[in-house]
Amino acid sequence: MRTWFFTENAYPYLPDADSYESIRVNLPNRHFDPDSGADLYHMYLDMWCAADEMGLEIMNNEHHQTATCMVPAAPILLGILARETKKARLLILGNPVANRKQPIRVAEEMALIDVLSRGRLECGFVRGVPYEVAPANAFPYRGTEKLWEAHDLIMKAWTHHDGPFSFEGRWFHARQVNIWPRPYQQPHPPVWVTMGSANSAVQVAERKHTGAVFLAGYPNIRNIFDGYRQGYLDNHREESPLDRMAYCALIYVGETEKAALEGANKLLWYMTSNKVAPQFSNPPGYHPPSTAANIMRGTHSSSGLPLVPKLDEQMARGNVFAGTPDQVFQQIKSLWEYSGGFGNLLMMGQAGFMTFDETLKSMKLFTEEVYPRLKELTASYDPGAMKELRASLPDVQAVDISNMANEFVR
Amino acid sequence: MTTIDRSTLTLPGVDLQIVRKGSGPQVLLLHGGGGPVDHLPFFDRLAKHYEVMQPVHPGFAGTAIPEHFDNLQDLIFLYLDLIDSLDLNDAILMGFSMGGWAAAEIAVMNTQRFSKMVLVDSVGVKPGGPFDRDIADVFALPPAEQLRVAWHDPSKAPDTATMTDDELQTLAADRIALGFYTWEPYMHNPKLPGRLHRIDIPTLLIWGESDGIVTPRYGRAFCDMIPGARMVVIPKAGHSPHLEQPEEFLKHFLEFAAS
Repeated sequence: MRTWFFTENAYPYLPDADSYESIRVNLPNRHFDPDSGADLYHMYLDMWCAADEMGLEIMNNEHHQTATCMVPAAPILLGILARETKKARLLILGNPVANRKQPIRVAEEMALIDVLSRGRLECGFVRGVPYEVAPANAFPYRGTEKLWEAHDLIMKAWTHHDGPFSFEGRWFHARQVNIWPRPYQQPHPPVWVTMGSANSAVQVAERKHTGAVFLAGYPNIRNIFDGYRQGYLDNHREESPLDRMAYCALIYVGETEKAALEGANKLLWYMTSNKVAPQFSNPPGYHPPSTAANIMRGTHSSSGLPLVPKLDEQMARGNVFAGTPDQVFQQIKSLWEYSGGFGNLLMMGQAGFMTFDETLKSMKLFTEEVYPRLKELTASYDPGAMKELRASLPDVQAVDISNMANEFVR
Repeated sequence: MTTIDRSTLTLPGVDLQIVRKGSGPQVLLLHGGGGPVDHLPFFDRLAKHYEVMQPVHPGFAGTAIPEHFDNLQDLIFLYLDLIDSLDLNDAILMGFSMGGWAAAEIAVMNTQRFSKMVLVDSVGVKPGGPFDRDIADVFALPPAEQLRVAWHDPSKAPDTATMTDDELQTLAADRIALGFYTWEPYMHNPKLPGRLHRIDIPTLLIWGESDGIVTPRYGRAFCDMIPGARMVVIPKAGHSPHLEQPEEFLKHFLEFAAS
């Protein structure tokens, strides 16, 4: 099991949430203090560097017009880490290619990071959450088609080395494509794509890319990973390697259960602070009409958001792993077996007001006491034995899937 | 009472739903982002004097957006086929909001089959500069604000709380279709003002005085771009004067149509 340390780089110093409509899209940036922001950027970069020194891999991402994530350009921070770190693989998850107008620019940025890091880039592509629609001014209808068209163009830009080629697709046009630099890794950096359903998983499996799932928990994880495994088997006539699936959860490890739960409650800021106005969480064309109608129904009866997630519920769902090293290992192992197995754990290990020291304390405990056992666990992976084990575990009753959980799965 | 005829017309690339009612001079009615209007009282009243033909823009009222469609231009070309297929002659072309935009786009191509045009709280042009929000961003407004800009009296707006699941789902799908046709450039075609001089039929703009999506000031700017066009403003009406003041709306339409 490879574990990737991830923080969304929040800007948490906000006024009372009752005083603003939405933390996303329209929260005035006068609430962003540049001095505090500079301190935070350096702290977050230091956390990633510490992850590198501890032997964890690194993951970052981007969002726009939001205090939940101060990174509107993930490649910039990853470029710094390409130089500052030594060993860690560098995962960007990901590039919102359905919302970016220039896929070639993405191909170039990624190639640069790959060369600078001497081949440590892992490149993710995502459709983006609904609140990204307004900042990008990108109509989300057919967003998945756009994502795959951008993907096809970027893949060719990375792997074609004989001078310009032409691409004139439905969404993107580039008639003289010949990127410099080309990627360090051959034929191209590993590619990741987020998955939110069994259908979307099949599209990732067809291409043998790594499929990542965010906070789907027990209610959804089987369905999505089963979709991936079946899609892989159908397309390639072999079992999917374990390392092609990834799961992201909030993780806090403490010396005592009490200390761990305190830490995990701080991580929950990621969910509790996500107050989003309905017009931004339900833009036309993002959700199918049935989902959009349900959100409208919720919007009308009450403010709908923010939802108030509780730690015990989120732990029961499998969205949060928290406890002593033994407890956290058991929690991860339980979901791992239930889901049929995955080779990558995306560890959201910092959020909100959690300090550098608090974050590193958990990372250190994880690295020293949980990580080795997870590596043993995945080393023992046997597809046949896993199938039997998985079949013996009945489906967990699907618990209520909030709108928020739906929206994070992308 | 004349009956409503709902039929599907097979045009190149699209099976188009069309609602036809009444007899008399022809009216081609292009609905707005709220969807078809044949269930409204004013539609019946119109059909007492005219043969009213209302295509359902693909994507609205439960219909599908054709796979090959990308934007409003696809709708315009579909309607050029429709106009030929219906063999319209001396028809009145009337459009509401985004349907008015579509009507203006059709008219700048060719007015041969039309005698007059009526634009109701239409979008389609951008009179101001890059930093001017000429048209309210209905996709970025809170639900209550959306009602406030669209209605003179928001309490008259359909209440989503009492809608059935099917009705709400149709509303959600209509919203997708509206976004699909109008997203970028938002609710307008930058080239349209330079083409409006080609309109050579009498044109009336009907506007709700309280319209906050496109204000009467916007309407006057639009009106000034169309040769010989005139504009009437209906008090106590918002973006849909045919809904909030149907009598007044019909009076203006019938007077203009008969003139």
